[in-house]
Amino acid sequence: MADKKSEIRNPKSEIGNWQPKIIAFLCNWCSYAGADLAGVGRMQYPPNVRVIRIPCSGRMNPKFILAALRSGADGILVSGCHPGDCHYLSGNYFARRKFALFRSLLDYMGIEDGRIHFSWVSAAEGERFAEVISEVTEAVRAIGPSHRLNRKVMGRR
Amino acid sequence: MQEISSKIREIAAKLLAEKKVEAVLGFMPGTIPLISAPTVAGTSDEAASLCWDRFCGVNLANYLPKRTGGRVAVIAKGCDSRSIAGLVTENQIKRENVYIIGVPCTGMIDRAKVMAAAGSPEVELIENDEQVIIKADGKEITVALSDVLQDNCQGCEHRNPVVFDELIGAKVEEAAGGKINAAVAKVEAMPQNERWKHFDEMYSTCIRCYACRNACPLCYCEQCFVDDSQPQWCGKSTHPVDVKTFHIFRAYHCAGRCTDCGACERACPVNINVRELTRKLEKEVKELYGYEAGLRLEAMPPLGVYKEKDPQEFIK
Repeated sequence: MADKKSEIRNPKSEIGNWQPKIIAFLCNWCSYAGADLAGVGRMQYPPNVRVIRIPCSGRMNPKFILAALRSGADGILVSGCHPGDCHYLSGNYFARRKFALFRSLLDYMGIEDGRIHFSWVSAAEGERFAEVISEVTEAVRAIGPSHRLNRKVMGRR
Repeated sequence: MQEISSKIREIAAKLLAEKKVEAVLGFMPGTIPLISAPTVAGTSDEAASLCWDRFCGVNLANYLPKRTGGRVAVIAKGCDSRSIAGLVTENQIKRENVYIIGVPCTGMIDRAKVMAAAGSPEVELIENDEQVIIKADGKEITVALSDVLQDNCQGCEHRNPVVFDELIGAKVEEAAGGKINAAVAKVEAMPQNERWKHFDEMYSTCIRCYACRNACPLCYCEQCFVDDSQPQWCGKSTHPVDVKTFHIFRAYHCAGRCTDCGACERACPVNINVRELTRKLEKEVKELYGYEAGLRLEAMPPLGVYKEKDPQEFIK
């Protein structure tokens, strides 16, 4: 087993070969199926994304976003069904309000633009899923490793 | 103020004598200068010690959801009445279980500001509607009342109680307001890195005492997310990331519910301006969803409803 300490990241030393770690929270009914379609269709997209399947974008809790950032994620994507297409009829509408407020709060605190992304991807949009992932990966790569809310990088006071 | 005090005592004694309420939540003179202490008056004798002055800042709505038993009367300023309305909307208390004695309010004095002006905790105050004379160390300083009011009172838009069973005194003129937006705009105008630095510095003194949470009438959860350990959303240390995680979620939990009563800021032992995040959300909720917390009992909280046309330009 690797030494736990060696996992503690030092952004300065890894700038050269740094690859962004992106956590994607995908809704089971649309975006996850969209990702599946992209896979079945053998579409190419950056391998930086780690997918977590959630039942609905309405299940998304803003705590998940900070939990991911705290444990070292460099970027977050939350994706669900297009408005009107929610499997549970209204989950994504409630989610949209939650995201809007949470996003503006983090932006206000000075978390970089391009760290946290939201998208609507349907089960038929495999190609679009690949595009979104490429866009998100590029945006996160552009701003570099995340340390502002990363519990692993900042030392104890 | 004297008139209001005697009117409060009179009403409280009457309510208790007629057995309309079990107790009256109000204020009595505090044991240290510049703070009036919250108190529960259960008998007419106890009602005689009730008072009203510019040091009754504590939001009494905080005591309501934790209380068991019958009907109580509570003294409420504009912001307190909104908090009570919010608690009723969120089914934390029953409207018929509270008798709201509304008091129009022109602002509460910030103890920290007075002590800073006087340079001493041993202070005596003489105040009128416009000025405050501070007596300390044998000196007298005169300052404008608006300079020593709490920050949230300076920008208050709802000075008159919005829900009440009985109103004491005449309604006061509503201030023009809009100061929340101005205060938020100041931070919004900073570049991103500056904003981060600003908050980094601001929260660097936080000792995680949770006074802001405990003083808040909205924080009534039986188990707070900071106490969760499986999974642990927020570490328990004063590591800067843990501190900010706590403050982000504390503010976020108040989104669309905060009435800007200033309880959190008043309770902070290290004088952090904890309202900075909540008022940003208050502004956003008003702009995006046209909602202000606690103005109507039958209103639905903004995060409990949606519109198909809600703004979504941030979503790809």
